[in-house]
Amino acid sequence: MRYIEPHAHMVSRVTDDYATMAAAGCRAICEPAFWAGFDRSSVDGFFDYFCQLTEHEPRRAAQFGLPHFCWLCLNPKEAENLTLAEEVLAIIPSFLDRPNVLGIGEIGLNKNSRHEVAVLEKHIDLAVRHRQMILIHTPHLEDKWKGTRLILDCLKQNPGVDPSRVIIDHVEEHTVDLVLDAGFWAGITLYPTSKCSPARAIDMIEIYGTQRLWLNCACDWGQSDPLAVPKTALEMKRRGHSETAIDRLIYQNPRRFLGQNPKFRIDETACENPSDAAEK
Amino acid sequence: MDRTRLTDIYFPEARSRLIDLAAFLDRIDRAEGQDDFRLKSLRAALAELAAPGSDKARKILLLLSDPTAEPVAEAGAKSAAGAWSRF
Repeated sequence: MRYIEPHAHMVSRVTDDYATMAAAGCRAICEPAFWAGFDRSSVDGFFDYFCQLTEHEPRRAAQFGLPHFCWLCLNPKEAENLTLAEEVLAIIPSFLDRPNVLGIGEIGLNKNSRHEVAVLEKHIDLAVRHRQMILIHTPHLEDKWKGTRLILDCLKQNPGVDPSRVIIDHVEEHTVDLVLDAGFWAGITLYPTSKCSPARAIDMIEIYGTQRLWLNCACDWGQSDPLAVPKTALEMKRRGHSETAIDRLIYQNPRRFLGQNPKFRIDETACENPSDAAEK
Repeated sequence: MDRTRLTDIYFPEARSRLIDLAAFLDRIDRAEGQDDFRLKSLRAALAELAAPGSDKARKILLLLSDPTAEPVAEAGAKSAAGAWSRF
């Protein structure tokens, strides 16, 4: 089995997780910028965090042969402070040329507030002006349906947004069709209690197909499982999905979306699917 | 995959979760106090679960969602409760 983990907050994980993910078949990890679990007190905190994402984490991942990529932003959980948000938005462009930066994310909404919407619009504008791809976070639980609709409105209002270069993450049964019908990519997050179980994820795959879907674990400092994607692949096997279909969903799909940024490169010779080799 | 095979795979887990839910409601009934918006939402969702028809996961997620359309004035708490507070 081979897979790409397109959404993992590795700064919150121990080094053993890199080793375990590599052993399970992970071939690349992508890390969206996230909330630290507390509000950072100044723009300097974000500068250091962006250095961590673009310098330190790639070195930590490389010990296990894993390419590490990232997305940059101020998380919607910190968007109530508009002054701080403006300061953080101002330093992001200086990081965009770094070799592992894929785009702007994970931006979006948390509690669907006016300030969150304003900061989301500024992030979208920044991404469009710098021709960056976008990774969107949709809110949790009772706020997800409303937030997803507000996010789609914001994206549609900016004429520079190309839906094929935007992924809207954390979809569930009540939001997946909203995202796919609007032409965006959709991410299903496998997360205990608050997001999606492997069985439900596979239900959605069977109903909506896999054309513009990916799976991710979104592991962070909370209760989460860095191996959620390969475990769901095993569940797919149990449900009768072929090796080819599984490979398409957990390896080829993220590679196809992320590969729209030429900086996303992984060693294909090292990533040949064992089942492909067997077929040859 | 046919119904029997899916039942083979998922029945034990579904049964376990069903009993956990039943025990949770018993625990709530033994405790003093009134249902808040979360329990009221949960009881409404249980009615939806027992109603005929499919698409139950989507219907229950919508039942537990904020149905309004306008952004709120301030974010307030960062965390979500799992049900709409004005249910």
